[in-house]
Amino acid sequence: MTATAAPARRRRIRLDSTVIVYLALIGVIIVGAILVATVGRNFFSLGNIRDILTGMSVLGFVAIGQTLVILVGSLDLSVPYVISLSSLMAATTMAGQPGNIAAGVLVALLVALVIGTINGLIVTGLKVNGFIATLGTGLIISGYLSTTYQGSTGSVPAQFQFIGATGIGPVPISTIIMLALATVVFLFLRKTRTGHHIYAVGGSLGVARLSGLRTATPIIVAHAICSVTAALAGLLLASRLGVGTPTVGSQGGYDLLSIAAVVLGGTLLAGGRGSIWGTIGGVAIFAVLDSVMSVLQVNPFLKDVVRGIVIVAAVAIYTGRVVLERRARFSTKEVRR
Amino acid sequence: MSSIAPTAGRRIGDVALTLISPRGAVFLLLALLLVAIAVLNPNFTEPGQFMRFIQRVAPIAIVAIGQYFVIVSGEFDLSMGSLITAQVVIAGNLIGQDDSRSVPVLLLMLGFGVLVGIANGLLTTLLKVPSFIVTLGMMLALRGGVLFWTGGAATGNPADGFRQIGRGGIQDVPVLDYIPYSVIILAVLIAAAVWFAKRPFGRSIIAVGDNAVTARYAGVRVWWVKTAAFIISSLSATVAGVLLVGYAGVHPSVGLGYEFTAITAVVLGGVVLGGGRGWVVAAVAGAFALEALFTLLNFADVPSTMRTSIQGAIIIAAVAYSAVTFGRRRRERAPQTSPGTGKEPDRIEPVSPASARPTPDGTHTSNGG
Repeated sequence: MTATAAPARRRRIRLDSTVIVYLALIGVIIVGAILVATVGRNFFSLGNIRDILTGMSVLGFVAIGQTLVILVGSLDLSVPYVISLSSLMAATTMAGQPGNIAAGVLVALLVALVIGTINGLIVTGLKVNGFIATLGTGLIISGYLSTTYQGSTGSVPAQFQFIGATGIGPVPISTIIMLALATVVFLFLRKTRTGHHIYAVGGSLGVARLSGLRTATPIIVAHAICSVTAALAGLLLASRLGVGTPTVGSQGGYDLLSIAAVVLGGTLLAGGRGSIWGTIGGVAIFAVLDSVMSVLQVNPFLKDVVRGIVIVAAVAIYTGRVVLERRARFSTKEVRR
Repeated sequence: MSSIAPTAGRRIGDVALTLISPRGAVFLLLALLLVAIAVLNPNFTEPGQFMRFIQRVAPIAIVAIGQYFVIVSGEFDLSMGSLITAQVVIAGNLIGQDDSRSVPVLLLMLGFGVLVGIANGLLTTLLKVPSFIVTLGMMLALRGGVLFWTGGAATGNPADGFRQIGRGGIQDVPVLDYIPYSVIILAVLIAAAVWFAKRPFGRSIIAVGDNAVTARYAGVRVWWVKTAAFIISSLSATVAGVLLVGYAGVHPSVGLGYEFTAITAVVLGGVVLGGGRGWVVAAVAGAFALEALFTLLNFADVPSTMRTSIQGAIIIAAVAYSAVTFGRRRRERAPQTSPGTGKEPDRIEPVSPASARPTPDGTHTSNGG
């Protein structure tokens, strides 16, 4: 990660946006810990930390994929339906048999891969804006879900439920998998050609094309990965609930929440700038917020109000900086990002 | 425009060309859908039935008008659905069975709408938070606030006089048989929107959406223009809320998903996400086409669960049609960055030539002529 090393320019110390996200996270934790202490509870108790980390995992998976799609300058609104579909696919394929776990996971991921690739092809081939394309595919999947499944279907064997239920110390296995995935995607963005191209295409499609990139590939890859990570979130939810549910994704509001988490993590909604670790920070802010509000027993409807205010306020704090940072894109020598 | 009066034949040819162009495609789609409905259900062509159809479209069309101004200015408004819910609940709780409170509460609702619009606009323009995020936050906050207030259940029932705005109409009109009030309101608002879009201020909204930097250099107060667009959209959501109170009653789920329906309608109307291109009448036609599609699927006995799928497929197909057609026309010109979702029109000064976007070809599809 690039730290605060960037030279001071225009009298201001230019902090990397990821650093700001984690400073904001520390701020939220401090305020949260004080609030939790006022009702006589310990924020840093193992149980509470486990709750927060568990809360991070599902949204974390979705947000990792969403980061790629936003970086490349698109959006994915179909994730909630992919989540529901994959949870159903896995649960019905497994049908309670431990021997079918691998098949169930594979089926769910493959279906998601196909959906994501179709999303990418619609965006690149048919030139449909990502917002509309994924809104459309989301509607198509949602119609399929409500036509085919009346309610929770299938069942997940106990061995698979184990993944969602256990952990090493206070750290749930699901969170470890999520962080491992984040590392893989981080390396993908940093080390591979396609990863660099994602930033280039998101920064400016026209410039990327004039520089000789095949601009379609990164967009398709980003959409495909996004759907697959959404499917992983669906698998995790299936493992927690023990069944596949057609409404599990849309009830969670994962489309808009994941976009909010990505932007909260300092990624530009317009694409071309941002990082996976920022997104993880954004997801952590949400998880801490949720945990604090549960401990304080805030009315569930008021939680939405608080979430809305925090999203806008947090993004407002550092958007000015991010815009300022973007200006440097053509003046810095390194083409790394 | 031109001094040469076109012949009638050429004029018809022009109309035909416009219909297959992306700009006119939505009218063709609407006509096809209406004909299909009429074939399946001949009653539909009766004036009374048709008026009731328009009455059903009115709230969506009005919301689409508001969303049009925001989208054409280069922003998004995701808070419209929640604002409708909030207004419906306000009307239900504050008016009660007392007709005399209708007018003060109506004024309060309009004031609340303006307030929400100003908040959305100022947060977007002054704090430079992407409007997608601002209105998403507003959506969560409004919905949460309303549900908190009502405890999540349906409460209140406004006086009948107030509900008449949305459900009532003028009976026994010659030829048309029945004119719902909402149809009159819709007609007035469409006329007002067309007039407003042609005014200098309306044109500067489009200019800001096309390129905020050039608009600023041309002397447009960008922050005010965008804020005004948000105020318009919040007011249109308020009007839609007033109509829906009469039509659908008071329930925390009224208005749910309207923001996406409105965006879909606007995009179906050929308005480009990212701003700068589009015609308000086409956006309204998009709303009509969407509702006609629902009606058609209803008459065609398509299982209700499959309707969303078909809706999704048609949205993609319609937008792909216009995108591919537009793309073909532009092929020889400079490569153009696709108007990415929520893409901020460059707020940065073009420092080097490389950072300046290739200029668009300068033609607006905004003028209806």
